[in-house]
Amino acid sequence: MSADCILDVTHLSMRFGGIVAVNDLTFSADRGKITALIGPNGAGKTTVFNCITGFYKPTTGMIRLTHGNGRSFLLERLFDYRISKTAKVARTFQNIRLFAGMTALENLLVAQHNPLMKASGFTFLGLVGVPAFRHAEQRAIERARYWLDRIGLIERADDAAGNLAYGDQRRLEIARAMCSEPALLCLDEPAAGLNARESEALSELLLSIRNDHETSVLLIEHDMAVVMGISDTIVVLDYGVKIASGTPRAIRDDPKVIAAYLGADENTARAVMEQQP
Amino acid sequence: MARTFHVPLSTPAATSGPAFILKKAILSALVALILFSLMIGIRTEAGPEGQLIFWTRFGDLAMLVVTVFAGSILVELARGWFGRSRLSSHLPSSLGSGAKTFSRFFAPALLIFTLLVPVIFYDQRYVLDLGILVLTYVMLGWGLNVVVGLAGLLDLGYVAFYAVGAYSYALLATTFDLSFWICLPLAGILAAFWGVLLGFPVLRLRGDYLAIVTLAFGEIIRLVLLNWQHVTGGPNGISGIPRPSFFGIPLTNTDDGLAARLGIEFSTTHRIIFLFYLILALALLTNWVTIRLRRLPIGRAWEALREDEVACRALGINTTTTKLTAFATGAMFGGIAGAFFATRQGFISPESFSFQESALVLAIVVLGGMGSQLGVALAALAMIGGFELFRGFEQFRMLVFGLAMVMLMIWRPRGLIGHRAPTVFLEKPTTISSTLVKEGHG
Repeated sequence: MSADCILDVTHLSMRFGGIVAVNDLTFSADRGKITALIGPNGAGKTTVFNCITGFYKPTTGMIRLTHGNGRSFLLERLFDYRISKTAKVARTFQNIRLFAGMTALENLLVAQHNPLMKASGFTFLGLVGVPAFRHAEQRAIERARYWLDRIGLIERADDAAGNLAYGDQRRLEIARAMCSEPALLCLDEPAAGLNARESEALSELLLSIRNDHETSVLLIEHDMAVVMGISDTIVVLDYGVKIASGTPRAIRDDPKVIAAYLGADENTARAVMEQQP
Repeated sequence: MARTFHVPLSTPAATSGPAFILKKAILSALVALILFSLMIGIRTEAGPEGQLIFWTRFGDLAMLVVTVFAGSILVELARGWFGRSRLSSHLPSSLGSGAKTFSRFFAPALLIFTLLVPVIFYDQRYVLDLGILVLTYVMLGWGLNVVVGLAGLLDLGYVAFYAVGAYSYALLATTFDLSFWICLPLAGILAAFWGVLLGFPVLRLRGDYLAIVTLAFGEIIRLVLLNWQHVTGGPNGISGIPRPSFFGIPLTNTDDGLAARLGIEFSTTHRIIFLFYLILALALLTNWVTIRLRRLPIGRAWEALREDEVACRALGINTTTTKLTAFATGAMFGGIAGAFFATRQGFISPESFSFQESALVLAIVVLGGMGSQLGVALAALAMIGGFELFRGFEQFRMLVFGLAMVMLMIWRPRGLIGHRAPTVFLEKPTTISSTLVKEGHG
């Protein structure tokens, strides 16, 4: 594998009883790039995500994450919360999982739990209020302010996350993930339920995350406008098997991919493609 | 007012018309008839020779049914007149918005009043004893609030830690002759240790299952105390527990006692007042630590855990240690309160640590509004003080008390103070409506 791979998934399989959700999947994601994982409903995309982020233990296979400094982690062996804490993989959820009863600002501070915990001397120093902790907290608030500004929610910083509009909640969840300073950001259908304008704003946000931060993005998405617009590489899954991977242009013209989305065989797809002007 | 007045007009006639009111009244009367026909209608008693004698009281029964019938009509008419929304939803929201200014002045006023209680009621031993009791429950409520209100872990066996603290102090003081001020932190540490022990097996449990295991834990502790005769004294308990000293100076009627040293006349009230301020200080310490903890990363992690455990794990929060610290912190305060209880009573037995105590403390937390410090204090005052207040009702005390609780839960389902105050803000402090704050799943 090339040296600038951040994520290397090899021979990943996930079985639930007799059901094979992911079968011998091998793909990689490049550092500093946006990689999209697409496929029809039930193709096993979210299962792959859950394996990478530690919510499932894969049946077989290896998931290697390599940081920019060469340090690498085998994610399938890390205990759940350590994947975020030490390997620096952050994720968002298909159904938004914000802390609804906490403010937007508090949500972003919870994401910085581990560095703040260390700064507070595992609570003991923080309890007596040492200045070092207060400075660390101030920095954490500044970081939160930066991200609230980026997603255009600085005015709503002190409002409960559950009171925000749906699109705002989606962006806040991304900001929360980014506050943990991830090396790899995994987004599970970030554009679901967004209107065209909000999707466009989301695309811009993701591109700026890729360009301005040392964060690579792995994305599951059904909104093809978003996927085709921002992805550097696309991996297509169908029935838990990788059927294609490549640049957006190559994927767009791949008859196998179209066949999978139409639910037809490859020859029918070719015929459909030829009919088009 | 004008808006609410029009509400009955806009609702369908089926829910407010005379036919509906009559139907509801008849139904209520029928339920009352079935319920009370045996309870009121027939009176049984053991005769002089032990045989069962009974007589009927159909007149009383009829009167009761008619009262229920008329009462139901009156309630429905009143609802129609004032509008439904005012009773069910308008009231909490109006109180919720005013609660911020209310609590800003109310909490310090309450604290000042509490500080002055021993001065005002110096001669009234009964009031002072009641004050100590209320403050003990305030402290227990604040301690349990960490576990239930902040971390959202339903704990039905909190009294176990109270017992551990009380027995720790009693055993350490009677066996090793250690002073109260050394035993107090030790009791807290031991209770925290038991909190962690309870925490481990219940880490994966949520909701009802967690509640059942914590309930069982509370019973196990009580049964161990009851049966481990040669250590705990079994049902006889431990007596002769040393009274606390004023930082080494005994509060007794001796030459080296505090009264003699200060050159004032000895009075047993001195000890009561000392105990009052002691528990007040301990409770305020609990409050201070909890408020500090809420603003630290650990406290935010507790609240985040209550809101969404899966998201916590995705953010790299170690949910295991987070839950265990919540259990340990709550247990520690329970243990310290227990040590105080032991030194105040001078005698402890397993009887004092029944499930009823756990239920009472949990009720205080729930009634007060989970997570609200002031709410818990008010609920403790209402529950313990109110219970004394209703003494005038004699055998109807429990009935009136139960009714008051039901009413409170109908009007304020999320407790006296249901809203949540954010721990940090950029521009302006706000309050978060109780409808958004989750109760936790564990």
